[in-house]
Amino acid sequence: MNAFLPFVIVTVTALMLVYLYRVVRGPSVFDRVLGLNGISTKAIVLLVLIGTIFERVDMFVDISTGYALLNLVGALAIAKFLEERGAREK
Amino acid sequence: MTWMAIALISIGLYFLVVGALGMLRLPDVFSRAHALSLTDSIGAVFVLAGLAVHEGFTLNFLKILVVLVLVYLMNPVISHATLRAAYRYGLRPENRD
Repeated sequence: MNAFLPFVIVTVTALMLVYLYRVVRGPSVFDRVLGLNGISTKAIVLLVLIGTIFERVDMFVDISTGYALLNLVGALAIAKFLEERGAREK
Repeated sequence: MTWMAIALISIGLYFLVVGALGMLRLPDVFSRAHALSLTDSIGAVFVLAGLAVHEGFTLNFLKILVVLVLVYLMNPVISHATLRAAYRYGLRPENRD
C-alpha cells in the first residue's frame, strides 16, 4: 500500500519523458507548445504528489497553483505571438 | 490511503497513459491536440481528486480542489489558443480518404 504513491510518481515522470520526445522531435512549433503544455500539467500533478509523500501538501499546493497560472499565461502568450506572426507572413 | 483514493488515482493514471500514447503515435498537430487536451484534463482531474480524498476534509482538500478546477479550465483554453494559431498559420488537418 505504501508503494503506491512512488509508483504513481515514477509513472508520471516516464510520461513526461514521452512529452519531452514530442517537444524535441515535433515537426511544427505548435507540437512543441502542446508538448510543453502536457509537461506542465504533469508537473502540477507531480508537485501535489510529492507534497502528499512529504506530508506538506499545504506548501506544495501553493507552488503548484503558481505553476499552473504561469503555465496558462506563458502558453497563451506564445500562442498569441505565433498567431500574429502567421497572420503577418501571409 | 483509502481504496477510493487508490481507485481514483488509478483511473487518472490510465487516462494520462492513453494521452501520452496518443501524443506519441498520432499523425498531425490537430489530432495530437485532441489526444492531449481531452485525456490530460480528465486524467489530471482524477489524480488530483484522489489526492484530495486521501487528504481528508481539511483546508488542503479545498486547496487541491482549487488546483483541480484551474487545471480543468486551463487545459482546453491553451489547446484552443494553440490550435487557432496553427490554423491561422496555415496548417490544415491531414485528410485521409
